[in-house]
Amino acid sequence: MTAMNWLAVVPEIVLLAMACAIAIIDLFVTDPKRGTTHVLTLLTLLVVGGLHLYFFDQGLTIYAMNRMVVVDPMGHLLAAFASLATLVTLVYARPYAEPRQILKGELYTLSLFSLLGISIMVAGNNMLVLYLGLELMSLSLYALVALRRDNAVATEAAMKYFVLGALASGFLLYGMSMMYGATETLYLDEMLKAIASGDINRQVLTFGVVFIVAGLAFKLGAVPFHMWLPDVYHGAPTAATLLIAAAPKIAAFGMLIRLLVDGMLTLAGDWQQMLVVLAVCSLVLGNLAAIAQHNLKRMLAYSTIGQIGFMLLGLVAGVVNGDRVFAGNAYSSAMFYMITYVLTTLGTFGLIMLLAREGFEADEIGDLAGLNKRSPLLAAVMAAFMFSLAGIPPTVGFYAKLAVLQTLVTTGVAAHLWLAIAAVVLSLVGAFYYLRVVKTMYFDEPTDSRPLPTHRAASALLSVNGAAVVVLGLLPGGLMAVCVQAVVKSLGT
Amino acid sequence: MAYLSLSIWLPIAFGLLLLAVGNDRHPQQARWIALVGAIVSFLVTLPLIGQFDTASAALQFRETLPWIERFNVRYDLGVDGISVWFVLLTAFITVIVVIAGWEVVTERVYQYMGAFLILSGLMIGVFSAADGLLFYVFFEATLIPMYIIIGVWGGPRRVYAAFKFFLYTLAGSLLMLIALIYLYVKSGGSFSIQAWQQLPLPMTPQTLLFFAFLAAFAVKVPMWPVHTWLPDAHVEAPTGGSVVLAAIMLKLGCYGFLRFSLPVTPDAAHAYAPLMITLSLVAVIYIGLVALVQNDMKKLVAYSSIAHMGFVTLGFFIFNELGISGGLVQMISHGFVSGAMFLCIGVLYDRVHSREIAAYGGVVNTMPKFVAFAVLFAMANCGLPGTAGFIGEWMVILGSVAHNFWIGLLAATALIFGAAYTLWMVKRVYFGDIANDDVRELQDLNAREFAMLGLLAVCVLAMGLYPKPFTDVMHVSVTELIRHVGVSKL
Repeated sequence: MTAMNWLAVVPEIVLLAMACAIAIIDLFVTDPKRGTTHVLTLLTLLVVGGLHLYFFDQGLTIYAMNRMVVVDPMGHLLAAFASLATLVTLVYARPYAEPRQILKGELYTLSLFSLLGISIMVAGNNMLVLYLGLELMSLSLYALVALRRDNAVATEAAMKYFVLGALASGFLLYGMSMMYGATETLYLDEMLKAIASGDINRQVLTFGVVFIVAGLAFKLGAVPFHMWLPDVYHGAPTAATLLIAAAPKIAAFGMLIRLLVDGMLTLAGDWQQMLVVLAVCSLVLGNLAAIAQHNLKRMLAYSTIGQIGFMLLGLVAGVVNGDRVFAGNAYSSAMFYMITYVLTTLGTFGLIMLLAREGFEADEIGDLAGLNKRSPLLAAVMAAFMFSLAGIPPTVGFYAKLAVLQTLVTTGVAAHLWLAIAAVVLSLVGAFYYLRVVKTMYFDEPTDSRPLPTHRAASALLSVNGAAVVVLGLLPGGLMAVCVQAVVKSLGT
Repeated sequence: MAYLSLSIWLPIAFGLLLLAVGNDRHPQQARWIALVGAIVSFLVTLPLIGQFDTASAALQFRETLPWIERFNVRYDLGVDGISVWFVLLTAFITVIVVIAGWEVVTERVYQYMGAFLILSGLMIGVFSAADGLLFYVFFEATLIPMYIIIGVWGGPRRVYAAFKFFLYTLAGSLLMLIALIYLYVKSGGSFSIQAWQQLPLPMTPQTLLFFAFLAAFAVKVPMWPVHTWLPDAHVEAPTGGSVVLAAIMLKLGCYGFLRFSLPVTPDAAHAYAPLMITLSLVAVIYIGLVALVQNDMKKLVAYSSIAHMGFVTLGFFIFNELGISGGLVQMISHGFVSGAMFLCIGVLYDRVHSREIAAYGGVVNTMPKFVAFAVLFAMANCGLPGTAGFIGEWMVILGSVAHNFWIGLLAATALIFGAAYTLWMVKRVYFGDIANDDVRELQDLNAREFAMLGLLAVCVLAMGLYPKPFTDVMHVSVTELIRHVGVSKL
């Protein structure tokens, strides 16, 4: 089957066409609030997200573009959530970006192009295509961070992000070249078969796996490849931070699954060991370092590192002694973790942007002091996010942790049980700094008596976001089932 | 009728309603909504005891629906003779707490009342969950409102106390989460507590599970030596918070022992019973001595609570009917008595703003009605016959004598300490000459305070004089539990 199958990639085509169209239309927009561009972008994202969901619902796995991409339920689901995350980010970003002179057409076009990169990353069946998707996303994001080019902190963050990001891409590309050298193919499905045949030099393969995992760990921000993350989260304008923190995490997860599971499941013994080390280091460093932070964005950056560590634990128990019965369970749990994490992250940074005003970033933990007195609703929403990140029921974060812990215990391997115990002990450490944010909002007296800025669309969406975290906490079954369905159908091919 | 669901969700709905419509401009409106909510929520629990079949040990008022299909988690509710009284107790104490906070709380009244109503629903959920994960969700979720209550309306060191409360309890329960997942895997994918109770388990997993459950429940009870969060939490919490902590939250831990530790891991429970009995006796005797030297009334009652909970755990781990029923009766009576003790301290604190014993003296001269109540509750706290406090302690001591004479003797000695610290406090605070001007200017109880203390006094006396309704409801379930625990699962 070597057809182009244009129909299967309709969402990406729509996205590309609209991204170009919006770039041109924006030239003629004179409104400083960028009303037309804003609405058009949101509509595009809605349509693209809807298309992905529609294809997900059909549940078909189709190879398209001469087998360069594989569009399967998992890819569609991840892309749909990435579109949703981008949409939510842009709604939050508008009131924040306007007084900072970054509400330009570029903000919208680059966001759309980065989403296009994400869609390709979660659907690539060829290592070069995956790499191109990654670069499309990354280059858009580098530019987004630097959008405030006369701001020294933001420019420094952009430089750091770019240099380290390029290094990571280098790692990844080097690893891919090893794999290509060993298996003589760039196609992931062929690679899987070639490795399974058993007559490939193991040493080269292991070497390739190491570099690929290192490159992916860079993108995810797992320890010891995390050092860019706190600085970039802190330095970037919060709108750009959220564009980095939300949808690209879904993309990195999707790419991880494509490369490691679709392409190298037979080497699981090798990469699972690496992931264990990455996960434990991330859990330890992320949770401990977050305690020392007084800047909310830095704290959330270290918290991200810890959360990524927890998510990676979901991937280490998929294959036990070559037996794949646990794979569907494990990968769907990690996916559920990732999606709920992104949902929560959107809200936390959304709140920071909502509280910010001209010349005031609201990114110190102390800036939240007494929020409950100033706005009980916003404080309650933020508390829901914090309890969700800490994994306290009845918020969705608890079920994410439950799902991952359950994959570890299910295998019956003693080492996995110890990993689960280590993970809960470290999430207890994590609970401390999340609780500290709640403490600041509820127990402290307000230091800022100015009325809070009102942005109707952003605060309404933030309330919906908060409600989603709690409602999914009361009824998590639906989203879990969707993740299982996506992973099981995709693994079945 | 789905009485259990109503008992859980009605107070939560009222709590959310308060949070949604409440604001600081209309505190009176918030108080009335809360009172109506608490009373209605209490009324819907009454049929639970009215229609309870005392001849059956099975879970009654069963409601079961699929909840999270991926993990086969069910929204599964039911109460038996062990848990049904606690549902009523929780709803009843919530009414008292709303009344107690009526004028005392002036800041963010709607949030205060809302938090207590939500907490009430969550705690009822713990007592009526028949599914392990549902139990855990309710068990953990109670931390959030209590954390907020201590931290927002608490005393000067409230932040420290709130963190200590949250992290201590979370530390214990996270290990239980692993235990629950382990049981889920071992039972072939079921979170049903009843299925776990029938599940055969070798000794090593039983031991590990037993200690994982112990970590969660011992912190919550609290047992010596993981009790240190409780005095801090009690001292800093507002009066209503202390009442709920002592009257209900500590019982969540005790209840966990009966629902999980004993029936799921009976062999480990038997094997480690000497350890549990020792810890309980340490709590009863050593903590009793600690209580004796406290200067702060709330701390004294907090330590007294730990000592009383020692009786409960002692009763559970001697494995006879007198012991377990006695422990359960002690849990209920302690709910009334400790709640009332904290309310009495609250009454004094609202007037003088001090909890130091030394700040008082001769209160009886200016507040005779109040002291009549206070002395009654103090007597109940020492276990005077005719009050609720007597029945449970007496049953546990009888049970432990039947189990081992020396344990019984030690437990009985502890009653003397209980009498000593309580009566000494009564003497110093209430009797004697008027100590200072603050005491001279005290006003006696107003109608609201009289009503809440009067309600509790009726309960304490009624339970002390006629405990049969309580023991009758428990009897069959406790017998069945003892039979079950007697059968090895190895």
